Amino acid sequence: MKHRTFFWFILPTFLAMFFFITLPIISVVIQSFHTPHDNILITVENCDPFGCKKVTSIDHEATKELKNEKPLGKFVGLDIYFDRGHLALEQVKQHWNNSENLLSFLSLISDLPFYKAIFFTLTFTFTVTPIMLFLGLLIALGVNAFNRKLKGLIIFFSLLPMIVTPLIGSIILFWMIDSRGIVGNFLQIMFENPNLSLKASTSLTWVTLIVYGVWHAIPFSFIVFYAGLQTLPKDQIESAQIDGANTFQQTIHIIIPHIMPLITFVTLMQLMDNFRVFEPIIGFNAEAHATSLSWIIFNDLGGETRQLSAAATSSILTIIGIIILLLPVLIKTWREFDFKK
Amino acid sequence: MKLLLIKVFSILFFLVSSSAFACSISARVSIVGNEFPAIQTVGAGAKECKGAKVTANLTADHQKINVAGMSSKPAEYTTAIVANTSIVALLNNDLIRPLDDLVNKHGKDLKKNQLITIDGKIMAVAFMANAQHLVYRKDILKKLNIDVPKTYEEMLAAAKKIRASGLVKNPVGGAYKAGWNLAQEFNNMFIGYGGSHFKGNSAEPNVNSDAGVKALKMMKSLSEYMNPDFLTHDSNATNAEFRAGNVAIMNMWGSRAATLVDADGVSMEVKNGMDIAGPMTVGGGKTPASTLFWDGWTVAKKISDEEAEATFIAMTNAIRPSILDNEDIRKQAVWLIEGYKPTDAARGVFAAAKMNTTPYPMLPYAGLMHSAIGKEISDFMQGKETADKTLSDIEDAYRASAKEKGFI
Repeated sequence: MKHRTFFWFILPTFLAMFFFITLPIISVVIQSFHTPHDNILITVENCDPFGCKKVTSIDHEATKELKNEKPLGKFVGLDIYFDRGHLALEQVKQHWNNSENLLSFLSLISDLPFYKAIFFTLTFTFTVTPIMLFLGLLIALGVNAFNRKLKGLIIFFSLLPMIVTPLIGSIILFWMIDSRGIVGNFLQIMFENPNLSLKASTSLTWVTLIVYGVWHAIPFSFIVFYAGLQTLPKDQIESAQIDGANTFQQTIHIIIPHIMPLITFVTLMQLMDNFRVFEPIIGFNAEAHATSLSWIIFNDLGGETRQLSAAATSSILTIIGIIILLLPVLIKTWREFDFKK
Repeated sequence: MKLLLIKVFSILFFLVSSSAFACSISARVSIVGNEFPAIQTVGAGAKECKGAKVTANLTADHQKINVAGMSSKPAEYTTAIVANTSIVALLNNDLIRPLDDLVNKHGKDLKKNQLITIDGKIMAVAFMANAQHLVYRKDILKKLNIDVPKTYEEMLAAAKKIRASGLVKNPVGGAYKAGWNLAQEFNNMFIGYGGSHFKGNSAEPNVNSDAGVKALKMMKSLSEYMNPDFLTHDSNATNAEFRAGNVAIMNMWGSRAATLVDADGVSMEVKNGMDIAGPMTVGGGKTPASTLFWDGWTVAKKISDEEAEATFIAMTNAIRPSILDNEDIRKQAVWLIEGYKPTDAARGVFAAAKMNTTPYPMLPYAGLMHSAIGKEISDFMQGKETADKTLSDIEDAYRASAKEKGFI
């Protein structure tokens, strides 16, 4: 393609990306370096139906001038990044000095909100992604071998978990796994343990979230792989069959290499998706046992506190996390790319 | 001719009846607020006003949207219905206007104790009071010969007896969902043990104390008699458990008590067995382990004076004394409105007020403390760490966020 044509072709996308992705990210970065000005506090008398009382309040007149002068707030550099709510440098250093081995160090820092969230997020990402890839491929191979007339119906039903909104899906499952719900009760009977509760223990909550994550994500990998299977090189498979290769060998040596680009694609998408796991935590009311970076952002922004700087910092840390996570895959794709083509 | 007469009369009748409402406004009114029954009534009352558009967005997520919705100029919402917890965010961001002039002009029906004044300026108009108090099954207590608990220690003893009798497996209920609810239960218990959240008038935290340790331990003991999933149960889920007959004693919001067993499918046993009493004390203290709340409305700062006046008229109309003529409305809440006579459902909140329950502190940094407690306390409830560790975690988490927001 000529450079000129390419330029005009890419211009709308480029503009949209600049305005809707680059600019917002820059504004979030700026926000994360600033905090609100120090409040000037005064004591005033408040009266309500229960009586009058002297309480502390913010002197708005006094803070107004400061706010007008510097509307962005106070510049604090990387302070928020290093505070206890985020990277917690001070506490990490302290724990490092106080712990005898790596394991006790990890258990100590897993009490800090950011690391607690990272531990769950990484566990979730690195269990859901491979399981989902494997099962998705398995289903795609299975469906592909099905009778042509039944295929449509099977595909439709296999896609259902993805069609259900994640929040709705997790709320429905939340009630099903309740100790009085159909799944929860069944598990109690099966394990002959009337006190078994999936919601009360951290490890079982993690398992639940991971199972949900896999259930929700399989249709995506399945449908992509299924599409890939429609382009299989028939002659190669035929010659492999003539050479006496069994189904397993065909899959390993022909099918998987053939759809490798798709596997890379699905892995990339799912790493990103799973790293920002959020809805299941809300739907399963799991915040006591599992949090993620996205949940921290949501929690900081919501409610009465509205910690914008903290949320901005968590957002930047999430972006950095995703970049680190995707780096190996991106480097690999970059190397394999044939520039001469 | 006859037809004409009917028309004339009906028009006359319409004019008379509409002027009887005497609520006409000339600018838009837009409400944001919580969604429990009493607030639905207030929203509907404001909508009776004619002459301009009145819209209401009543949702449990109101705290997440009211600050943003009142920050723009002109503000999307001309009024926010808030409580003494949630007004703080609006005050901190300077989003609501003083109402003194409007009260003089249009507020003759308002009682003095309805007016929330801050530094001498009226900033909100309260219409109901709320507190958590005891809700219990009198049939079960009677059967086992247990007196109605007045302290949390008695509640624990009652729970032990009920479980031993086999009537209810997990007899204690409570809104112990990790986050806001759990933190509120801690606040109650902490105040009951005589704790105070901050050092003097400063923003320095003060929860890492003897009262804090005792409060946590009491909560842990209570949770042993709760459904094991208690960390996922908010007040809705706890009430559902009560309705299903799975809970026999609980600390519950007064605003939910009146309609608690009105839902479909509640057994007669639960319906007839439910009763309420005042809040409980703890650790031999006199102050109940509960917190007093008021709910009221505010008027946005960033709107025109016409809109502010219309909003004030519509919201005052919504809480006029005559709404209490309706029995259903009367029992929805403990109204602070002129002429309110307490219903049976109001006994708990009234007892709370009479026992000098501490009002929720209206401090600019109280929300940050509440949120820090909500985040850190579930580790202790699961037995993952000691009370001391949790309390020092709360203080650290609070300090980090208070520093960010410019309070310490």
